Amino acid sequence: MTITATTTPIDDAEALRLRADFPLLGREVHGEPLIYLDSGATSQKPRSVIDVERAYYEETNAAVHRGAHTLAGEATELFEAARERVARFVGARSDEIVWTSNATEGLNLIAYGISNASLGRGGEAAERFRIGPGDEIVTTELEHHANLVPWQELALRTGATLRVIGLTDDGRIDLDEAAAVIGERTRLVAVAHVSNVLGAVNPVSQIVALARSHGALVVLDACQSAPHLPLDLPALDVDFAVFSGHKMLAPTGIGVLYGRSELLNALPPFLTGGSMITTVGLIESEYLPAPLRFEAGTQRVSQAIALATAIDYLDAVGLDRIEAWEAELGLRLFEGLSRVEGVRILGPAPAPGVERVGLASFVVDGVHAHDVGQFLDDRGIAARVGHHCAQPVHRRFGVTATTRASAYLYNTTADIDAALDAVAGVRAFFRVA
Amino acid sequence: MASRELETLYQQVILDHAKQKHGFGLREGSSGESHQVNPTCGDEVTLRVHRSADGRDPVTVESISWEGQGCSISQASASVLADLVHELPEEDLRARVGAFRELMQSKGSLEGDEELLGDAVALGGVSRYVTRIKCAMLPWVALEHALAVR
Repeated sequence: MTITATTTPIDDAEALRLRADFPLLGREVHGEPLIYLDSGATSQKPRSVIDVERAYYEETNAAVHRGAHTLAGEATELFEAARERVARFVGARSDEIVWTSNATEGLNLIAYGISNASLGRGGEAAERFRIGPGDEIVTTELEHHANLVPWQELALRTGATLRVIGLTDDGRIDLDEAAAVIGERTRLVAVAHVSNVLGAVNPVSQIVALARSHGALVVLDACQSAPHLPLDLPALDVDFAVFSGHKMLAPTGIGVLYGRSELLNALPPFLTGGSMITTVGLIESEYLPAPLRFEAGTQRVSQAIALATAIDYLDAVGLDRIEAWEAELGLRLFEGLSRVEGVRILGPAPAPGVERVGLASFVVDGVHAHDVGQFLDDRGIAARVGHHCAQPVHRRFGVTATTRASAYLYNTTADIDAALDAVAGVRAFFRVA
Repeated sequence: MASRELETLYQQVILDHAKQKHGFGLREGSSGESHQVNPTCGDEVTLRVHRSADGRDPVTVESISWEGQGCSISQASASVLADLVHELPEEDLRARVGAFRELMQSKGSLEGDEELLGDAVALGGVSRYVTRIKCAMLPWVALEHALAVR
C-alpha cells in the first residue's frame, strides 16, 4: 500500500508547485505561456525523472543480466528494483511484470503468444491459449487502435472470429450487448479501463464477470488509468494488463505488461533471441521462465529505472489525490464545454455511476478539429486533434476528428478556463458563428 | 484575439475557399483519379483529372473535380487548385505543383508567384506551421498521382 504524505485535496496552489518540477512546462509557445492539455497523448517529465536517467548514463550504464563486472551488477540491481517498484504500484508480484517498449508492444506480445500457441508452440502448458475457427475474440467499439488491430490480426491468422461490443448513444459500453456477445465461444475479451476519447471509466468488473462465467481471458488496456488513478490489477481480476511509461511521467520507450504468473509461464514467447534463453542448441532452444522469457535482446534499462522514479513521484503525490484533482478539472472542462454554443462532447455526461477522468473530446460545429487545435495553439494551448488512434469510436458518433483536452496533476483550473475561453472564440474567428 | 501569424495562416481568401469550394463534386469523364488520406487526422481528398478530348499536343488538362473532407487548409487548398487548372498543358501543371511544394517547404521565406499559383499564394502562411503542410499538400499530391495513373 502506498502511504501518501497528505490527505488534503490538491488545489491550484499545489498544482502550480508540482508544475515547477517540470522544466518543460515553463516554456512559451507563440510568445504565450504554454498550457499543456495533451497529457492523454504523452505526459511531461519531472526533473527527478530526467535526472535519474542522466545519472544512470553518467554513473552506472551497463548491459543487464550478463557480464560479471561491477557496473553490470549495479545496473542489473537497479533494473530489477524498478520491476519490483512497478509491481508494487499495481499490486502485483515482480515476476508478473514484463518490460515492453510500450502498451502496443505488450498487446502484440499477448496476441503473438496466443498465435504461437495456436501453431502448437509451448507444449501442453500452452494448450489453454490455442484458438482457431469457431472461437471468438471480443473487444469493444471504443478501443484505441492498439487494442483492436492486434486482435484483428490474431483472428485473421488463426481463423477465430473477432466480435465487437457496441456503445450506447451516450458513449458507454453497452452491457446488454456485452452479455449477448460474450458467450461459450469467447476465449478472450480485450477492453480499455478508461477510453482515451470518451473519458469515462469503463465497467471493467461487469465485463470481467461476464468473461469469467464463460472461462474467457481478460486483457485490460490500462494506458489511461495507470497514470491517473489507483490501480490494483489482481483486485480487478484481469489476466493481462498493459500500460505505457511515457503517459505517466516516464520517458518514451518503456511499457509494462502485467500477466498472472501462471499464464505468463504458459504463454509461448513473442520476440526471441538473446537473454530469454536457458540452453541454445543449433536447431532448438529452451527458454527462461517469465518474465525474462519475454525480454529478448538488450533491455531499456535507463527507461525502466526512470519509470520507477516516475512512480515514486506519483505515489508521493498520491494517486487517489491525483484522481480526485483530475476529476475536478474534468468536470470543469465538461461543464464549461457544454455551455459553449456549437460544441458537442463525445462521451457520457458525469452522473451517478459514470466516473469521468480529466479529459474531453469535442466537436466545434462548422470548424474542423485541426483548425480548432491551431487556434488553441496560437494561445499557447496544446491540445490533441484528429482521431486519437481511435477511428471506430469517431465513426460511431459520426465524425472523423475531434479536439481533445486532457489534464494531469500539473494542470490548474486556470488552464481549463483558458482552454474554455479559447474554444468559445473559435467559431467567431472562423466566421461560422 | 489571434496573433498576426494566425491571421496570416487563415486569410479571408482561405476561409472563403474553404466555405465556397470551387471544383467540388466529382464529374464523369475523367482520365485519372487519386484518393489521398492524411492518416493522422483522417482528412481525405478524391481528385479527378479531366483532359481535353481532342488529342491536342501537348496534352492539356481542361479541369479537375474533387470531393473530400477535412480542415479549412486542405479544403481551401483543393479549391484554389481547381481555380488554377484551366486548359493547362500537363507539364505546366506539374511545374505549378512543384512551385507550390517549394512554397510549402519555404518556412515562410518565399512569397509565392501569383502568376503561377493564383490564390494558392495565400496558403504561403502554412509553411510556417510544420504540422499543417501535409494538409495543404494533400490535393496537390492527389493531382500528381492522378496525372501519373493514365
